[in-house]
Order: sequence, then C-alpha cells, then structure tokens
Amino acid sequence: MKKSNIIMLIAALLPLGLFLFPLWRITLEAPQYPIPLAMNIHINDFSDVHPHDIKNINLMNHYVGMKYIPEAIPEFKIFPAGIIITTFIGLIIAFKGNYKWFLYWFVLMVLLSSAGMYDFYIWEHDYGHNLDPKAIMKFTNPDGTVMGFQPPLFGSKDILNFRAHSYPRLGALFLGLGIAMSLFAYFVGKKHYKNS
Amino acid sequence: MKNILKLTLTILSALVALTSCNNSGKSDSRSGALAGNVAEKVYVAPGEHDEFYAFISGGFSGQLSVYGLPSGRLFKVIPVFSQDAEKAYGYNEETKPMLNTSHGFVPWDDSHHPDISQTGGEIDGRWIFINGNNTPRIAKIDLSTFETTEIIEVPNSAGNHSSSFVTENTEYVVAGTRFSVPVPQKDMPISEYKGNFKGALSFISVDPEHGHMDIKFQLIMPGFDYDLSHPGRGKSHGWFFFTTYNSEEASTLLEVNASQNDKDFIAAVNWKKIEEYVNNGGGTMVPANYAHNIYDEDTHTATSTMKKEVLTVNPLDVPGAVYFLPTPKSPHGCDVDPTGEYIVGNGKLSANLTVHSFTKMLDAIENKKFAGDAYGIPILNFEDVLAGSVEQPGLGPLHTEFDGKGNAYTTFFISSEVVKWKLGTWEVVDRQPCYYSVGHLMIPGGNSQKPWGKYVVAMNKITKDRYLPTGPEVTQSAQLYDISGDKMELLLDFPTIGEPHYAAGCPADLIKPRSKKIFKLEDNKHPFAAKSEADTKVVRDGKTVHIYMTMIRSHFSPDNIEGIKVGDKVYFHVTNLEQDYDVPHGVSMIGANTSELLIMPGQTETFLWEPKQEGVWPFYCTDFCSALHQEMQGYVRVSPTNANTPLKWSLGEDIE
Repeated sequence: MKKSNIIMLIAALLPLGLFLFPLWRITLEAPQYPIPLAMNIHINDFSDVHPHDIKNINLMNHYVGMKYIPEAIPEFKIFPAGIIITTFIGLIIAFKGNYKWFLYWFVLMVLLSSAGMYDFYIWEHDYGHNLDPKAIMKFTNPDGTVMGFQPPLFGSKDILNFRAHSYPRLGALFLGLGIAMSLFAYFVGKKHYKNS
Repeated sequence: MKNILKLTLTILSALVALTSCNNSGKSDSRSGALAGNVAEKVYVAPGEHDEFYAFISGGFSGQLSVYGLPSGRLFKVIPVFSQDAEKAYGYNEETKPMLNTSHGFVPWDDSHHPDISQTGGEIDGRWIFINGNNTPRIAKIDLSTFETTEIIEVPNSAGNHSSSFVTENTEYVVAGTRFSVPVPQKDMPISEYKGNFKGALSFISVDPEHGHMDIKFQLIMPGFDYDLSHPGRGKSHGWFFFTTYNSEEASTLLEVNASQNDKDFIAAVNWKKIEEYVNNGGGTMVPANYAHNIYDEDTHTATSTMKKEVLTVNPLDVPGAVYFLPTPKSPHGCDVDPTGEYIVGNGKLSANLTVHSFTKMLDAIENKKFAGDAYGIPILNFEDVLAGSVEQPGLGPLHTEFDGKGNAYTTFFISSEVVKWKLGTWEVVDRQPCYYSVGHLMIPGGNSQKPWGKYVVAMNKITKDRYLPTGPEVTQSAQLYDISGDKMELLLDFPTIGEPHYAAGCPADLIKPRSKKIFKLEDNKHPFAAKSEADTKVVRDGKTVHIYMTMIRSHFSPDNIEGIKVGDKVYFHVTNLEQDYDVPHGVSMIGANTSELLIMPGQTETFLWEPKQEGVWPFYCTDFCSALHQEMQGYVRVSPTNANTPLKWSLGEDIE
C-alpha cells in the first residue's frame, strides 16, 4: 500500500473520534455560578458537563422565554449517518482510489462540515431568538428590537449577566485532523505521482 | 492674687489633661499596634474559607452550632434535640419521630459534649455525636449533610453528662449517668438513696459502615455521680475513665453533703474486658423501654422504634475490669493526653491539679496494691497511681486539652483563666485571662491522638461587658487564642448560641470535600414523593387528604386546589424538583399549626394542615428562591364540612 493511501486511511478513520469525544461545548459563566453551567454537544447527544447543568440552563433560560433544550434533535440521526457514510467512502478511496480522489473527499468533508456549522448556527439562532411571547422577562436592544440570546457560533460573548463561550472539543479536533490529513495525503500522492 | 489662682488652675487642668492624654495614649498604643496584627490573624477575606470547623454545643438550646475558625463566623445551627422552626426539624412529619422517647415527644434537651468520630485515634470527620443531658439521649449527626440522622435514648440513666465521647476507632460512644437513680426505676423513699441507687455507664456501639448505634451493655456502678469521661488512647486504648463526685451518696444539699470526702474517684473501666465477657454470653438482659430513632436519607423520613430490653453488667462479675483511682476534691473534667499515659483529674475544689499515670495504674493493679474497695470495686492507692501535681495553678480547675506538643491547657472557672503547663514537669508556663467564668476549652482534634495545636477556644459562661448589651439576657461567648507560640495570645471574642459547653473541631479539609450539595431526585424513595409535575395529585381518603406537590423556580404544582373541607386533615407532601446547589424552597400555609418547611433540592417533606374555616386560603414559598419568588404562591379552597365541592387541582389553567 502506498504511503499516501495509508495517510488517507488514517484520515478516513479519524472522524470516528466524534463517537468517543464531544464535538462542541457551550459554557455560561456568571457571578452566581462559581462553577459555570456548561453543556457538551456530541454527534448524537447533548450532555451535562456537571450533573444537572442542562436542567439548570433550561430553568434559567425560561425566564426570557427560551425553549427547553430538547432531549434529541433530527441532527443526532443525520450527523452520525453522515460521518459513517463519509468514513466508508474515505476507506474505499484509501484502498481503491488515486490521489485525486483524496482531494474530492477533502472537498466533500469541508462542504459537509460547513453545512453542519451552518445548521448549528440556524439552530442556535432559533433557540436564541424564537422566544415565548409570554416570557416573564423581556429585554430590548438599544435600537428597540427584541434582544436575542443566541450563544456565539465560535468564541465568547456577553449575554446579559452571563458570558457565553462556544468552542470545539476533542471530537472536532479528530474531525479537523482527518480532513487536514486527506489534503496532506493528496499532496503526498501527487508528489509521488510526479516523481514516478 | 486672682491671676495667680487662675494661672495655677490653668496649669493644673492642663497637667490633668496631659496626664489623662498620656494614659489613654499608653493604653491605645498597647492595644493599637498589636490589635492590627491580631485582627489580621483572624481575618478571612471575602470568598475565602476558614481553616477549621468548630462545632460548639448549644447547652440549653439543645442544638449544635457550626463556626469557622479563626474568623468565629457562625455558619449553621444544627437542630438536634430541640424543635427548630427555621428548618422544620421536629415540626415536619418526617423528623417528628426523631424526638420520640419513652416519655413521649420531648422537643427539647440540654446538649453538652460533641465529639467527632475517629479512625486509628485520628479524627475522620464522618459523624459527630452529642449528648442530651436531661432526657438521656445520644445523637449522631452526619457531617456530609450536617443533619441529625440518629438518636438513641439511654435507659436506667438520668443526667446523661459524662457523654458522648468516642473511643479511638469509634467502637463505642459512652453515656455515663450524672445522677444515680433506682435501677430499674421504682417508687421508693429518696432517703434510702445510699446503697440502693445505681449509676449506669452505657457503652453504645457504632456500626463502622453506617454509624448505627446500639447499646452494647450497661455497667451498673455504685450510686455516685458520674461527671465526665474520656477514652484511653494509644497505650491506654481499651480503657475508659470517668470522674465521680458525691461518693458520699448524698441525696440532698449536695453542695455541702457531696463535698465532705477529701477524695472522690476516677473510675477506670477496661471496656475491652467487659466486651469480651459480653461477647461470651455474659451479662443480664433486663426489661427496659427506650426509643431508637433513625433518619433514612433515601426516604427523607425518620422512624422511631421502642426497644424493650438492655444488657446490664455487674462490675463484680468481671474481675479486673473496673478500678477506682482516688482523686482530690470532686473532680470535674477527666482528660487523657494524646499519648494515653496521663489522666488529668480536675478537682474543682482542689488547689492542685492531679495527674494520674496509666503505667503506674497498671503496675499497681498487677501488684494488687489496693487501699480497700467500694461496693467490691478495688480502690487503688492515691500515691501509687499519681504521676504528679500541678501546684497551685489557679482556682477551680475544670477541663484540660492538649496541643500534641507536650503541653496541657486547663481552664479555671473561679479565677477565669486558661493556664498552660508542661506534661511531665508539671510547671506552669503561661496564663491568660478569660471573660468570664470559663467552662470547657477546645483544641481542634483535642480529643484524639493528633491535636492541631494552633488554636484554643475557651467557652465562657458569663459575658457581662464584652458586647453590646441586649437587655438582661446577653450573649454567651467564646474566646479564641493563638497557641502556636510559647505564649498564648487572645485573638477574638465571638458570641455563641445558648450556653456553650464542650466543642469539637477539625481541619475544614476533612469535611468540606464530602459535603453534599443536593439530594438526587432519582434516589428519593419518600412514599409520598412526586418526582415530576406529571406525578402531582390530590388524593382523598375519608377525612384525610394527601397533596403530592412539587416546587421548582418559581411555582408550585398544583397551585390551585379545590374540594378541601373544614375538619379535613390535609397533608402537604412537597418535593423540591431542583437539582442545583443551594436552591432550597420553602412552603407555608395560612393557619397551619406548625412551622414552614424548608426543602432541599431533591427532598420531600410533609406538614399537616387542618383547615378550621371556610374560604380560599393562600400558601407561598418562604425561602427567597429566584427573581419570581414573590409569584411562587397558590390557593386552597375550603368548603363546609358537608359540601359537595369536587376535589380538583391545577397549574397554569383555571379550575373548571
């Protein structure tokens, strides 16, 4: 087996780390929470960082009319299937394909990940803006529009008395490494092809 | 002439002013610079934690209070033997059984001596035990929840004072009777006290895993007053020492009649020997009647069981198990040093402090050097067991603690001071005044083989001018001294709850990591728990109504209830659905003849309401829980006894 194909094989397998480690974490810091509230987003689940964090995020968020974080979302079925299918494709490419296919897989993964991030943004936006009209507390921006409580897609942001952080976790690192390695496999394969 | 007089007066008044200026300047400079230094030593910055926990008994308040050292800040009053409306202890249906006794519901006691559980002679921070003096009881408090989880009544006892000290692996907690009484109790002339009354020393075993208590045996001793006690440790592990007074066996005017003998005794009890005797079938099971109350953390409910017999042991049946050490002048405190060698008998009417030697005691026993006997129990010779005396250290010695560095600290009630002296040389090395009339003192870990000899807390009976006055009843007080150096240094006064008797202390790190934050809702096995709003309901059973209610920020479910009638017995079983640290909710109902409930996250508690008037009556949350706390309320409609109003309940919609 060629060196580039071995690298591609590893690249195709790395995203499976998403089934072992969380993809993302949203953390909410405030003075009255010495231990911040936080939830992990896995490829197929939400989980508490400390016991009962999601329950307590829900209790707090309902004051401004945010919905409860659901037990499950459709993405929890689509994303794992997507990863398994793309890994499968990646494996076929690693065994059968030439280096050009590595680039196609790379492009596919970048497109799918971007779609995933866009979906995440849409979900966050809905969660933070689609508020219950009977909410106990209503806040408006200085320009008079209704204030949203959308956590940042990536990075940190102040929301009322909270500071919200949104950052990738180990699962995302596995995915990113896999994608980067497929590009690396492409260059190695290309170099090898030119040399021969 | 006038001018001269004026001049003289001016000079004089200037001198007086200067003098007084100097004086006040002097005293200021004395305390001023030092005071700043001292304040730093007890300062715990906002958000920081104290180094030690101190558990100070509430005396006639019947409770146990929790303080931080060195700040002296009060954290909690743990209800033990007295009802506490603040926490619904003894008011809610779950904890009422904790205060059951053979005399019925006794919602008060006199709590004296707390002692923390030990493993291998060192404090382990799992439980703390404390005695109820008036209606003899021993309570166990779980230090993961700071709640009283068990109370056992002690039969054949009265004035449970030489109690509740633990052996070095918490094998036993003792409960010695201060007052001797007829055993078993009977109607007889008080004048026939002598020879007929008995003193029971109870050894209560502690289950090493769960801490459950059980009276293993009662040693039925002669009718003296058993005042205080202390376990042996290290080399003397296996022995327990009890001071006695009234070896005269008087029953009237004891201040005179019990002060006639020059020496009373320290009773040395070889409990290992008696344990062996009992394990081999020794002792006599006799009828008794005493309550054993256990609080179950899963059901959040206490149960009370009446026990009907107790195993008694006649000391004469176990030769070599009990001896008397003559000790001058009505000894009060009985304290054993961390090595287990020295037994200090604080003769409260004696000018000197008597210290016995454990090694000498064993030697005297082996060589059968007896001075006689009392009711068949051998009395050792005073000189044979004496290790030494501290000569004229002060007036009215009461209690002694040890710093683990070879020093002892004794309180003197009459001369109001703490005196530091050296073990072995018996020389006084330092003394500090107390304000005023000091009783017990406490060094963290003082009742173990490993004291943390950094601070001593003196507990004072009288305060007079130390704080702002609060009418005729002023606060009781504790005083904190730094004992890390050669000389003691007074650092702080702080007020206490009730009258502080003994205290127990330990490093915060022994307890802090094990402190429970919430009760897990899924582990709640209370028979009337509603674990979600979907489980809430109202059930009528004849004239009894059970309301399965939940609470969460910021509402009750249900919050509208109809169909209750005058004369019903309405039980509110309320579950706190929160699972967040420090989010309890409270609930109270207008006209309920009980206290509010204060319910921790994941817990269920119950109160009884018996509506006596028709109407629509509100209930509400009593513990400020969130921004919408004021909105956390509900109504119960009460109809006449013979009405046909159907039973209905709702949340978030109008009752149809």
